[in-house]
Amino acid sequence: MIIKPKRDLLGLKNLSAEEIREILHSAETMKYVLSQPVKKAPHLLGKSIVELFFSESIRTKLSFELAAKYMSGTISTVTVPTQSMRERIVDIAAAIDCMGTDVIIVRANRSGVADLIARHVKANVINGGDGANEQPMQALVDLFTIYQKCGKISGLKVAIVGDVRHSGVARSNIWGLKLLGAEVCVGGPATLIPPGLDELGVSVFNTPQEAMLDADVVMSVSLGKEYAGIMYPDSREYARFFAIDERRMQYAKPDAIVMHALPVRRGVELMSRVMSLKNSVLDEQVTNGVAVKMAVLYLYGRKKGLQGNEIKDISDNEKGGILK
Amino acid sequence: MSKILIRKGRVINPADGMDAQADLYIEDGIIKNMAPDLSDMESGDGVKVIDAKGRIVVPGLIDIHCHLRDPGYEYKEDIETGTRSAAKGGFTSVACMPNTNPVTDNVTVMSYIQNRAKEIGAVHVFPIGAITKGLKGEEMAPIGELKFAGAIAVSDDGRPVENGNMMKNAMLYANTFDMPVISHCEDIPLVDGGVMNEGVMATKLGLKGISSASEDAMVAREIVLSAATDTPVHIAHVSTKGSVELIRDAKARGVKVTCETCPHYFSLTEQACDGFNTLAKMNPPLRTEKDRLAIIEGLADGTIDAIATDHAPHYKDEKDVEFDLAPNGIIGFETALALSLSYLYHEKKLDMMKLIECMTVKPAKILKLNKGELKIGAMADITIFDPDMEWTVYEEEIVSKSKNTPYLGKTLKGMVTETIVAGELKVSEGKLIV
Repeated sequence: MIIKPKRDLLGLKNLSAEEIREILHSAETMKYVLSQPVKKAPHLLGKSIVELFFSESIRTKLSFELAAKYMSGTISTVTVPTQSMRERIVDIAAAIDCMGTDVIIVRANRSGVADLIARHVKANVINGGDGANEQPMQALVDLFTIYQKCGKISGLKVAIVGDVRHSGVARSNIWGLKLLGAEVCVGGPATLIPPGLDELGVSVFNTPQEAMLDADVVMSVSLGKEYAGIMYPDSREYARFFAIDERRMQYAKPDAIVMHALPVRRGVELMSRVMSLKNSVLDEQVTNGVAVKMAVLYLYGRKKGLQGNEIKDISDNEKGGILK
Repeated sequence: MSKILIRKGRVINPADGMDAQADLYIEDGIIKNMAPDLSDMESGDGVKVIDAKGRIVVPGLIDIHCHLRDPGYEYKEDIETGTRSAAKGGFTSVACMPNTNPVTDNVTVMSYIQNRAKEIGAVHVFPIGAITKGLKGEEMAPIGELKFAGAIAVSDDGRPVENGNMMKNAMLYANTFDMPVISHCEDIPLVDGGVMNEGVMATKLGLKGISSASEDAMVAREIVLSAATDTPVHIAHVSTKGSVELIRDAKARGVKVTCETCPHYFSLTEQACDGFNTLAKMNPPLRTEKDRLAIIEGLADGTIDAIATDHAPHYKDEKDVEFDLAPNGIIGFETALALSLSYLYHEKKLDMMKLIECMTVKPAKILKLNKGELKIGAMADITIFDPDMEWTVYEEEIVSKSKNTPYLGKTLKGMVTETIVAGELKVSEGKLIV
């Protein structure tokens, strides 16, 4: 009997440094494919990919679609507005699983949705972002960008500034950066930093400047509007004390790179002036986004055999058995 | 009525500190005789002899806090299946909470539960009435009427009584009727939509956390109200170090506060939620190792009076959803004694006498029940168990209608072999015979 081992990408907390490096390495090749005049490669020919989105997204949705199409894959998108949802998530996913789907890309506002679906489907599940839990794609893009710009990750000092408490992007980055040997500091209002980070090896500060001291990388994280008035007063006060501006950039190394997952609230999280400095790599992050997704779909779009070779589906063999 | 003779068991009776080998003879639902050697009764006409050699014989276990879901949520559990599950776990009496549908805040529902339990219940059922109508916290429920319809206590469990003035009035009023008041301690604004304990695991999983402060703040309020009104209050499901410390201090000052905890709070921590395990989601949530150890210490020094199950069945599909949306609670009847033995007795944190006291005499005292004691003339509610027998929790073997327990696949040490309710054998050789 041929075993079909499932390969899910649910988050960076479940990955090994090896696996992350494999993805980044593959992304380099994919970035090359992207730069060609004819953007077509056969890696995902005949593979069925479904984007199952329970929350809205522009960049993630489109970049996955383009990544799949550049590699000749079959991709469909299902957007389910959760308010009018009459079925359970696992039932929707199970139905998609029965349609010959190889990969399901899941995106939701609630933590743990990708994990939940992965337990119930035979298809490989890729977490396209599940609320405050993880945004593995973004973190892989960020790691890739840092690697390309700085030549390494191990030993670098990375400052993550902003609402870390509600950010899956921040969490995935923390897990990935720690795995690859970077030093991680977070800076933000005490109400927006979740407890226990120090136990996880991250240095916690309540001002951006302290976190950014001698940083090689400054990562700005989105601030949710829902918490204004409750966890912090308002965006004006937030911008004054926590936005990344030119003055605060002085604390970081002169050639430090500035990153943000986008969309960004200009003037609140990050000042426009900083975004147009040569340190800013925001645009490159978007390009790398497609390359990294191509790598992820390539590596997680197929069932892996022991030697990493493509293996035939059991169904083919079973069919042959019945006909015999 | 049947005649039962229990021979050669180690009888532990916390009411008088007895711990010795003894035989018990039961007839017409009553303990007719209790003595070191009743072997001459073996030959009696129609006497069922239970050889309890190597096992422990105790008063039937009493669960002061459970949810039978009947009426209204019978798909999760009902009085029949719930009491059978309780019997399997060695419980002979259970007190069920009023968050049924409709809520047990009136004589009609109370009567239904009483009658149904008499008709089909495998163990004694003592229903708890609501403190406020509909558990809404706005209007006091007819506490006096509920008592005379059979309520053993009042509680809004599932919810706290948010308004301090309402709680104060309820405590004063209920006390007039000598009705115990049980408080589910939670400060709702402090909970702020949280779904598990605020800490490292919640941070790791990106889930909203509930600070221990939410429980501690409300425990403090109830202690203050109890002292101010000079009325007793019983704190349900204590889970934090902070609560234990507050209650210990209050007791030392003479405040009339009692409390209970549940086996999951001394055997599991927030770690059990890893991987978004909804089977570990409950309210109060599983806390940290520091809290777990404080709970054990609280049991050891008597700060915590009783071990209750908070048996909370939920249908499988309901737990198979996003962690945020999964209902709170786990079943508990069938694993309570085994967990208590495994984590308290076998770990040498509590001796057998003290442990059994927490599951018999103390809950009986809090509910003002004339039970929890083995003596001649008492109703024959008896539990026999093997403290060393190991068994594994298998889903197929769970008697409850629901199987929502985080202990699936876990091997526990200590198993109930016989449960006798009012002189009737309900569990024999570890199997339900009703």
